[in-house]
Amino acid sequence: MSDMNTAMVEKYRNSFLSEVEANVEEGEWVKMCMQCGVCSGSCPFGPYWDHPPQELFMMIRAGKREAVLSSESMWMCTSCYNCIARCPRGLPITHIMHGLAHYAKRLGLAPKNQQTMKFASIFWDNLTKKGRVNELQLGLKLYFMNGFVEGIKTALCMKEMGMSMLMTKRMSPMEYFGGHSIKDTKGLHAILKKAREIEEAKAKQF
Amino acid sequence: MAEEKKVGTYICKGCGIGDRVNTAGMATIATRECKSQVTKEHDFLCSAEGVKMIQDDIDNDGVNHIAIVACSRRAKTEAFSFENVAISRGNVREGVIWVRPDTDEASETTQEMAEDYTRMAVHEVSVMTPPTPSGQSEGRKNLLIVGGGISGMTAAIEAARAGYEATIVEKTGALGGSAANLYRRVPESSPFKDPEDSGVAALIAAVDADSKITVHLNSTVTKTSGAPGRFSADITTESGATATENFGAIIQTSGFTEYDANQLPHLGYGKGKNVVTQMELEALAAAADGGVIKTADGKDINSVVFIQCAGQRSDEEGHLPYCSGHCCTTSIKQAMYFKDQNPAIDTTVMFTDLRTPGAGGEDFYRSGQDKGINFTKGVASEVTDNGNGCTVKFRDMILDEDTSTDADLVVLATGMVANAGVDIDVVGQDDPGKWEVSVDSILNLDYRQGKDMPQLRHGFNDSHFICFPYETRRTGIYTAGPTRRPMDIGQAIEDATGAALKAIQAAENAELGRAAHPRSGDLSYPSFRKEGCTQCKRCTVECPFGAIDEDEERYPQFNEGRCRRCGTCMGACPVRVISFDNYSIDTVGNQIKNVDIPEEFDEKPRILVLACENDAYPALDMAAMNGVEYSAFARIIPIRCLGSTNLIWVTDALNSGYDGIILMGCQKGENYQCHFVKGSEIAQDRMSKVDDTLQSLSLEPERVETYEIAITDIERAPQLINDMAATIEKIGMSPFKF
Amino acid sequence: MAKKEYSFYPGCSSQKAASASNYQTSVNSMCDVLDVQLNEIPDWNCCAASIGYAGGGELPRLAMSARNMALSEQAHPDQDIVATCAACWLATKETQERLHNDGGLMEETNKALAEGGLTVKADQNIRHMVEVLIEDFGYDALGKHVTRPLEGIKIAGYVGCQTNRPFGIDGESFENPKYLDKLVETLGADPVNNYDRKVSCCGGALAFSEPEKSQALIKDIIEAAYDGGADMIVTPCPVCQLNVEAYQGQINKKYNTKFDIPVVYYSTLMSVAYGKSYKESGLDGQMIKAKQLDAIAKK
Ligand code: SF4
Ligand code: SF4
Ligand code: SF4
Repeated sequence: MSDMNTAMVEKYRNSFLSEVEANVEEGEWVKMCMQCGVCSGSCPFGPYWDHPPQELFMMIRAGKREAVLSSESMWMCTSCYNCIARCPRGLPITHIMHGLAHYAKRLGLAPKNQQTMKFASIFWDNLTKKGRVNELQLGLKLYFMNGFVEGIKTALCMKEMGMSMLMTKRMSPMEYFGGHSIKDTKGLHAILKKAREIEEAKAKQF
Repeated sequence: MAEEKKVGTYICKGCGIGDRVNTAGMATIATRECKSQVTKEHDFLCSAEGVKMIQDDIDNDGVNHIAIVACSRRAKTEAFSFENVAISRGNVREGVIWVRPDTDEASETTQEMAEDYTRMAVHEVSVMTPPTPSGQSEGRKNLLIVGGGISGMTAAIEAARAGYEATIVEKTGALGGSAANLYRRVPESSPFKDPEDSGVAALIAAVDADSKITVHLNSTVTKTSGAPGRFSADITTESGATATENFGAIIQTSGFTEYDANQLPHLGYGKGKNVVTQMELEALAAAADGGVIKTADGKDINSVVFIQCAGQRSDEEGHLPYCSGHCCTTSIKQAMYFKDQNPAIDTTVMFTDLRTPGAGGEDFYRSGQDKGINFTKGVASEVTDNGNGCTVKFRDMILDEDTSTDADLVVLATGMVANAGVDIDVVGQDDPGKWEVSVDSILNLDYRQGKDMPQLRHGFNDSHFICFPYETRRTGIYTAGPTRRPMDIGQAIEDATGAALKAIQAAENAELGRAAHPRSGDLSYPSFRKEGCTQCKRCTVECPFGAIDEDEERYPQFNEGRCRRCGTCMGACPVRVISFDNYSIDTVGNQIKNVDIPEEFDEKPRILVLACENDAYPALDMAAMNGVEYSAFARIIPIRCLGSTNLIWVTDALNSGYDGIILMGCQKGENYQCHFVKGSEIAQDRMSKVDDTLQSLSLEPERVETYEIAITDIERAPQLINDMAATIEKIGMSPFKF
Repeated sequence: MAKKEYSFYPGCSSQKAASASNYQTSVNSMCDVLDVQLNEIPDWNCCAASIGYAGGGELPRLAMSARNMALSEQAHPDQDIVATCAACWLATKETQERLHNDGGLMEETNKALAEGGLTVKADQNIRHMVEVLIEDFGYDALGKHVTRPLEGIKIAGYVGCQTNRPFGIDGESFENPKYLDKLVETLGADPVNNYDRKVSCCGGALAFSEPEKSQALIKDIIEAAYDGGADMIVTPCPVCQLNVEAYQGQINKKYNTKFDIPVVYYSTLMSVAYGKSYKESGLDGQMIKAKQLDAIAKK
C-alpha cells in the first residue's frame, strides 16, 4: 500500500463516498446518480466493463473502496461523452471516470498491467516533456510498453500501417531525434510544477 | 290542461344535404306517412333565420314536438335548444351523406337512409313529452363533511369560501387527522428542498374562525338518507346523543389507517424499539422537535435504514398489492429530519423503484441526495436485532448480491389502508324495517344497496377514475383524499377542493331537478307504472347509482336527485313499466319499428345499431367527419347507456325483419370507461339471454353482436358495421320480413 | 467580403509530418478560397487531450489549455480561438467552462500560469472550424465557391464523438447531427441518409491500448457506411480519421472483410470542390486513396 493510500484509508475510514467527493475530479456528483442505467447502456465499451458507470457509483455509495479503485472498469472509458449527453441527472460521468482512474493510479491501486493506464501515462510524459506530442516516440514507446518481445510483435503487426503513414508523410523518422517542441518548455514546466503543488496541497488539507 | 300534441318537422338542406338527397321526398314522407302536422325545408336551418322559423311555429302555431332532420344531435345543440318542447334529431349529415359516397349507384340507398332517419325522428318525438323537474328536492345547499383531516378541513374551507355552509363530523376529539401527527410535511412549493410545517394548525385555526363551518368532534354519522338537496343525517356523539340535520350534499373524507406492521415480523417489527413505521417515526421526530431524535427507549441513532414498500406492492397474502404513492417522498423527508439535524448520521433509503410523484418530487429527491442521503436499490429480506441495533439483510439489485448493513433504527414504509367503511358487495343492506346502525360504517346509508360507498378494488371507494375522478356511484356524495385512492397531502388538498366544488354543483343541480354528469342538465327522471310492477327488484338491484329504494309495500321508490338518468332500470325492467318523459321503450321502439324494411329479395338488409351516446355515437360521428364510409344498410339509434337496452328492442327488431343487430357500449370491468360505471357491464350480462331468443326464432347467433367501443375507435366502429354487412351477405337475409 | 481572421490552435497532430498533416494542408487550401486568415497562437502547446488523465491531475491538465488561451489573449485579443482538432477544441472549451464555473479553479490556474509569466481570462470564444464554416459563412455562401461539384459520390458523414458531445454544434442534435450531410450536399455529393453509426465511438485513444475492442467498433462504423452505399467517409476529427482509415488492414485480417473505403476530412472535400489540386487538397495523405476525388482534382 502506498503511503497516500494508507493515509486516505485512515482519514475516511467508513465513508468511501466522502473520500471520492473530496479527492476525485467531479466526485461530488456521485451521490446524485439515480441509478437509471442510461450511462451503462450508452457506453461503447459497455460490454467490457466489469462494473459500468452506474454500478461504479452504486459501489462507491456501498463503500466498496478496494473493488472500485483496483477495477479495470473506468480505464475502459473512451471519452466518447455519450453518457454525459444522455444522463438525465446531468452527471459529468466521463470526467468522473477519468478522475477515478487518476485517483486509483495516484494511490497505486490501479491494476499494474492496465494498458490504457500505461498508454495514458506515457502520453502525458511525452507531451509534457516538450509541450507537444511526438507521435513517433510515443508510438515506439507504446509498442514496447509491455516488454521487448511484445513490442516486436506489436511493431510487426503495426508495420503495414506505419509504412503507409511514412509513405503519406504522416509520420517521419526524423521525429525520433527531437522533433516538435514549444520554445518555452521551461515556462511550461514551471506552470505544471506549480499546478501539481497546488493540487497536492489541497489533497493534504482534507 | 295538457296541450294538444302538434308535431313539426324541419328538414335542413344546408351542409350539402340538399345536394345529396331529395329533401322534398323526405318532407312528403314526414307529412303523409308520419303525420307531421307542420313540415318545412330550409336552406340553412341552424342560421338565425332558420331557428327563428322554428321558434315562430312554437310561439304562434302551437308546435310542441319538433323533429329536426339535419345534422347529428351532437352538433348545433345551442341553436336547436327550444324551451318547453320535445325535440328529436334525424341525423342525415354525419349519419348519411358524410358516410356514403357521392355516386350515382349509391344515391338510391343514400336516399333510403335519409328517409328512414326522417321517419325515425318524427316517430320518436311523437312519443316524447317535454320533461319537467319532479320537485323532490328541498333545495338545501349546505355540506356534510365526514372526517376532519386535511381533506375534510380543506373541503369545508373551500365550500365556505364559495359561500356555502359546511358541517364537519370528526370521530376523534380533535381536527387534523393523520397529518396532525406529522412533524413536518413534504414541501409543496419551489424550491422543494426542505420539509415544511404541516399546515394543520393553520387549517384548524381557519376552520375555527369560519362562521360558515360547524364542527362536531367525538361524533359519527349514524344514519344517512335522502338525496342531493334533501339529505338527512343523524350525528351521534360519543355519549350517544343524536341530532338529525339536513344537508344538500355530502363529502366523505375519512382518510386512511397505516397498514398494520405487525404483519411484517420478518422485518423485525414488534420485537424492539428500533424498528418503527413511518408514522411512529413522525412521533419520535415531533418529540425531538428539531433536536436529537432518539429511539423510543432513549437510544442514540447514528444510522437509519428506510425500507420502502414494506408489505406493499407485494403479492403475498396479507400484504398490500398497491403502491401508496407518498411513502418514497415521505422517507426522503424523514431522512432529512436526521440529516438536517446532524449530517454525520447515515441515512439509507432502500428502494426497488423510487417514486416521487408531483411537480416537486424530483427536486425533493435531488435535494435529499444533495444532503447526503444514501439511496440503495435493494430488497430487504430480514431485519434482526444484533444487540446494538439492527442488521438489515438485503439483496442489492444493482450489485446483484446478498448483503447486509447495520442500523440503529429501521423505518418501515408501510402504506395506506383506506377508511372506506363496509364493503357493500360483501355486507348487504339490512332488510326493510330492520335497519340498524353499523359501527364499521362511515355513512350508515339507508340506501337499499348498502350502507357505504361502493368500492372498486383494494378497498378504496370507487370513483370514475378514468374520466371523471370525482364522480362516485352515489350522486351528491363525494369521496376525497386517501379513502378514494392512496395520496399525499398535496394531492389530498387538491382532491378535497375538487370534491367541494362537485358537492356544491350537486346541491345546486338538485334544486333545479337537473341531472349530474354525464347527462348534466337533463330534467327527465324515471317513473314507473305501479300497476304493472311485479316487484321483481331488478331495477333496485341494477341501478349503478343506488338511486332506487323500496317503499313499505316493497315497490321501487325512485330518488330523482340520486338518479343519473342512464336508463339502466328501464333496460332491466322485464315488464317495461319504467320510462322517462323523453326516453322510453317507445321512443326507441318506435324508431326501430318505423324503419322501412325492404322485402327479402330486394337484397337490401337492415342493420340496427344501438350506440352508446357517450362513446360509440361520437366515434361514429367523428368517423363521418373524417370521411370514413360504412354500409348504407345501417340504421343507428343513440342510446343513453348500453345498460338502458331492453331485450324487447332486440326481440322486436328481429321479429320485424332486421338482418343484424349491433350493440355498442363502453369498456366494462376494473378499468371501466362506461360513463355510468356499471351500465355496460350489466347490459352485456343481460344480452347473454339474446341467444335464447335467437334460437327460438331459428336465427344465427352472428346476427346479434355486442362490442366495447371507445370514443377513439373511429376506424373500428364503422368497420364493425361493415363486418356485419359482410356477415349477412354470407349467412343470408333474415326470413322475418313482412 | 472582408477577410476573416481567427486565433488558430492547430494541435499536435496537424504538425508537419504528423498524423493529420494532410488535414492541415486541406484546411489551408479551403481557407485560402474562403479568404480566412488563421493566425497561429504563438508557442501553443498540447491540450493533453482526454487521455492525459492518468498522468496529469485536473489542475495540471487545465493549466495546459489555459496556457494556450493566455497566449492567444496576448497575441490576438480580438479574435475567436479556432481549432481544427476535435480533442483540442473540446479540451480548451472544457477548460474555459471549468475555469468560469468552478469556484477556485480560475484563481489556482492563474497562480500556476504566473510561474510561466502568464495570466488568463479565458473569455475568447472557442470554436471548431466547422462552427466557423456553418455560422460565419453558412451553407449557401460555402456553396458559392464550388467550381467542381462532387457529383455522383456517395459520402457517409461520420460525426463521431467529440465535435458532437458534450457541446456539439449549435442547433444540431446529439443523436443525429446533420451538418456533415448538409455540407456534403452543398458540395454536390450525396449524403448517406440514415447512417447508422454516425455518432458512434471509434475507440479514440484506446485504439492503441485496447486495439481489439476498438477495432470492433471501427468495423461497425465502416460496415454501416458500406450498408448505406457510401463510396467514402467524411469526418471532422483527426482521431476518427486516423482510426477509421488506418486499421482497415488489420480489421480485414481479423474479420475476413474486404474493407477499402477512403476516409477524408470535410476540408479535403471542400478543397477539391473549390478547385484545388491533388496535393493542395491533401489527397496525397490518403493511406486509402480517394480515387473519385483524385480524378476530380486531377481534371
Ligand atoms: S464517455 Fe466514457 S464512460 Fe461515458 S459512454 Fe463514453 S466511454 Fe463510456
Ligand atoms: S445516466 Fe446518470 S443518473 Fe442514470 S445511472 Fe448513469 S449516472 Fe446515474
Ligand atoms: S338505473 Fe339509471 S336511470 Fe334508473 S334510477 Fe338508476 S341512475 Fe336513474
